[in-house]
Amino acid sequence: MAHEHKLEILRGLVKFKSNIQKIWGVLILLSIITTVEVVLGIYKHVLPDFFSSHLVGMKVLNWIFIILTIVKAYYITWDFMHMRDEVSNLKKMVVWTAVFLICYLVFILLQEGSYIFNVYHDGYIKHDF
Amino acid sequence: MNTTVVSTGTEGKTWGGGNKPLNASYGKLMMWFFIVSDALTFSGFLASYGFSRFKFIDSWPIADEVFTHVPFLHGQEHPMIYVAFMTFILIVSSVTMVLAVDAGHKMQQTKVAWYMFFTILFGGVFVGSQAWEWATFIKGDYGAVQTKGGNILQFGHYVDHDGKQKFERIAIRDIAVATEIDRTQHTRDNGLWFVSEGTLPSYTVDQLVTGMEANPDILIRSQKLDEHGNKIVYSREESLKQLKDHGKLVVEGANLEVNEYGTNLFADFFFFITGFHGFHVFSGVVINFIIFINVILGTYEKRKNYEMVEKVGLYWHFVDLVWVFVFTFFYLV
Repeated sequence: MAHEHKLEILRGLVKFKSNIQKIWGVLILLSIITTVEVVLGIYKHVLPDFFSSHLVGMKVLNWIFIILTIVKAYYITWDFMHMRDEVSNLKKMVVWTAVFLICYLVFILLQEGSYIFNVYHDGYIKHDF
Repeated sequence: MNTTVVSTGTEGKTWGGGNKPLNASYGKLMMWFFIVSDALTFSGFLASYGFSRFKFIDSWPIADEVFTHVPFLHGQEHPMIYVAFMTFILIVSSVTMVLAVDAGHKMQQTKVAWYMFFTILFGGVFVGSQAWEWATFIKGDYGAVQTKGGNILQFGHYVDHDGKQKFERIAIRDIAVATEIDRTQHTRDNGLWFVSEGTLPSYTVDQLVTGMEANPDILIRSQKLDEHGNKIVYSREESLKQLKDHGKLVVEGANLEVNEYGTNLFADFFFFITGFHGFHVFSGVVINFIIFINVILGTYEKRKNYEMVEKVGLYWHFVDLVWVFVFTFFYLV
């Protein structure tokens, strides 16, 4: 196994001299993202209305949290797990399989969850008596 | 006579064998397969959490109010701070792990050992924090009353904060008025030997009714959320009516059956998902420790490669990856 590492992150915006430097760089990036998430989470109630408006069935703030999480997951997989240095077939094998199956599962379950909510909400079935 | 075909005439061609289309060793590839399947297991759990949450979208507990404790800071509320700290610890342990892998590539035995040591240390801190978080969650905070329909009624009153009315929770131990109780815990030696019963709650619903009637400020907060995502607070009459007509059981803390924070499912999923993740972290620490001992013994020095460190590293990073999602869906969203 060759020990060559691709040393760019953020599409070449940040370039590192060595692998060790890149590791610390990614740590800083992940910490910044986590801090943003925590600050948004703590000050949830004083944020402008835009954040609590609904977009495709969920609050904008929740979409922001989910996107930031996926960004974090990308950097953990790509730089800590060295996916960046693997051949593209291996990347596709792992990422496509997981992404396809997870999207499918999440769609089905969330759809059914809100259906059941509607049955309780609008129908004649009660769980509270 | 040689009857075995030794030459198929396909050597060097695509299907001639010996190709490595993924250019990774067997062990690493199998670790990736495992990680993909484990990722699907976790997404199954998180998706079913999402299912229950969408089912109770108008009454799910607010995580900010549930996880507010920080060790050594008693009686103060710091939502999310401690979980953020745990997340940070796990990310740092990922960094020391990847530094160990890097040192392994350069065949630096001592450095690999030290980095692995710190990874194990941080992993231990994380598992310990999770245990503490569980203990706090199980012990509970304010206590609540469960209704016949399984809803949770929480107590509180409005307090003036710079001219703004703010609802503040009151613990049941501050409300309940001691009255005589004729009910004692049933044990095997004072009743039926084949029947046993868990610990009784410290207070009864009647004691809370007495306490609430004595203090006209106290109101009850329901599980339901209004359009701004705040819990709906009943009027004084409605509060008393709810408690008297529907109140059935005093709940302190959370377990798999009752949960003072809201819907039972919230506690069930919390125990199940963070427990399953914590178990992964624990196994990760154990596996890391075994590899750490091997590094010290010089096993990989003799083998002339540190790929084993890389493989456990993949697992360890995966555990971190899962936590990033658990953190988002349990504490943030």
